[in-house]
Amino acid sequence: MSYLTTKDLTVRLRNGAPLLRKVSLAVKSGEVRALVGESGAGKSMIGKAVLGILPRAAKLTGGEILLDGEDLLTLPPKQRRAKIGAKVALIPQDPLTALNPSRRVGPQITDRLVDILGWKRKEAEDRAVELLDEVHIQSPERVMRSYPHELSGGMRQRILIASAFAAEPKLIIADEPTTALDVTVQKQILKLIREMQERHDTALLFVTHDLGVVSKISQSLTVLYAGKVIEETDVRTFFAAPKHAYSRALLAATPKYTDPDGSLMPVPDSIISEVEQEVAAFDAQLKR
Amino acid sequence: MQIVRTLLTRLATTIITLLGAAIIVFVVIRVVPGNPIAMMLPPGATDADIARLEALYGLDKSIFEQFLIWIANVLQGDFGTSITTRQPVFDLVIGRLPATLELSVMALLIAIVVGGSAALTATLYRGTKVEGGIDVAGGVALSLPDFLWGLALILVLGVLWPLFHISGRVSPSLGFEFNTDFYLIEALVRFRFDVVLDLLGHMFLPALALAIPLAAIILQLLKQSLKECMHDDYITLARTKGYSETSIITRDALPNAILPTLTLVGVQFTFLIGGTVIIERLFSYEGLGNMAIDAVINRDLPLIQGIVLVFALLFTLVNLLVDMTYAALNPRLRHA
Repeated sequence: MSYLTTKDLTVRLRNGAPLLRKVSLAVKSGEVRALVGESGAGKSMIGKAVLGILPRAAKLTGGEILLDGEDLLTLPPKQRRAKIGAKVALIPQDPLTALNPSRRVGPQITDRLVDILGWKRKEAEDRAVELLDEVHIQSPERVMRSYPHELSGGMRQRILIASAFAAEPKLIIADEPTTALDVTVQKQILKLIREMQERHDTALLFVTHDLGVVSKISQSLTVLYAGKVIEETDVRTFFAAPKHAYSRALLAATPKYTDPDGSLMPVPDSIISEVEQEVAAFDAQLKR
Repeated sequence: MQIVRTLLTRLATTIITLLGAAIIVFVVIRVVPGNPIAMMLPPGATDADIARLEALYGLDKSIFEQFLIWIANVLQGDFGTSITTRQPVFDLVIGRLPATLELSVMALLIAIVVGGSAALTATLYRGTKVEGGIDVAGGVALSLPDFLWGLALILVLGVLWPLFHISGRVSPSLGFEFNTDFYLIEALVRFRFDVVLDLLGHMFLPALALAIPLAAIILQLLKQSLKECMHDDYITLARTKGYSETSIITRDALPNAILPTLTLVGVQFTFLIGGTVIIERLFSYEGLGNMAIDAVINRDLPLIQGIVLVFALLFTLVNLLVDMTYAALNPRLRHA
């Protein structure tokens, strides 16, 4: 039984240009699914649509988002917000800008528990200390009293991860959570997210452009191009034999850690035009 | 330690500012035409009479000498004697200062409440007709100077629809004896709410006239900063947590958006204090500004100097206050 299901999710710019073309995907409880694609493929847009944080220029024009079997889009805004706040959490891309610079760190971890879920402040604070401990932060009490600018990028991403797990959400959407960090920290953060996901048995939708990361963290993946699902499969099958020509080219374009001197291979133009045609045919079919 | 050093630096710059203001005023009012002695004497006074009075007030000496004498006296707490009223300048100024302070602070509060809530509302309804309406109102508010607003308010809320007093500071008919010059504060402390109401009725229109342009400035700047903050990542994150737009704006965006506005409000508040001069005249409000105009008309040199010095002191104090508030509100400066 999948925890998150989107059916024919369609998002357009206000001027009508499509960003997501009838995206259907499913994330099972406790499963880690990676969403991969080039920049502009719409992979972050899916997460934003689910969380209800689409940019003002974009509009959800069709489809369903089922969370635990309930269609989010039919709920009144207030209930939808409360439900998302209680069941889903976001690990954002850039830890340097995702914490409010004028508030202390502690309240930014506990606020959801206290304000949205009605915990007592003391309980929420105890929970925050526990979580900071889980994400390997030394002296959590001191960190909770700090302001974001007093902490390093890696520390801040750990805090954001702790904060995401605070309310024991059933689904976490991680939007390129390691992209803004430097390489040495990336690995630790990736390991940490994996560790936390397993311990809390949370479903994880992991948005990334890095296929190298996918094999380390996820069991299944969905490849997107121009807001359209190109391939959906489990990781083992994908890395053994990707079905779609575009997926094969994408895989071939990923730099190999084992061969750092190997030349970079971009996705060939022929394949791009092939997949573009496929998208155009899909659009034409929708119009009919 | 840091705070002590900052304060000492500020104190030094304050003294230099005050000295500069004193020199400029001292020279300017003696260079422009017009002679206080001529104003004091009845027509037909002889040259000898004039010379005697000039000598009495030290006006026969050179400007430089006059300045040195004046500064030396000021440093000893003697601001001279008003030429027109023959009372010590210090007592006159101190007696009127509270009226102007109460009026300016009231105007500032109105501007912050009105401008601030308009900015928050416009941000909440950004991109809708509500924001458009608020923008238009802000534009109108900003396009007229405070004294024209004063005249308009007198006409509408004082004459056509006489809801408020348009003249003076307190109704004499109340027969209330004040022990201090801070009327409003004193009435509040003594729980005389009838007096408080009367004072507010007198203060409201001049304060509003002063507040309207400042409210429009606060609206524009705060709205701009708020809208910029609304694109920040921590706002998006707060949305995913389940917070309503209203609480996101007030709790997450406002503390970050308020800092640039605060600096400007400090600068604008000094303009507002300057504006009290005309507004107090317009509403016959017994404050420092009203007295300043009389002093200028009568060429009451010592009184003008005293008033200008107090205004200059007020301006520097306001700036100091703004800087300290800024440091207190911005965690990135607090530990620096």
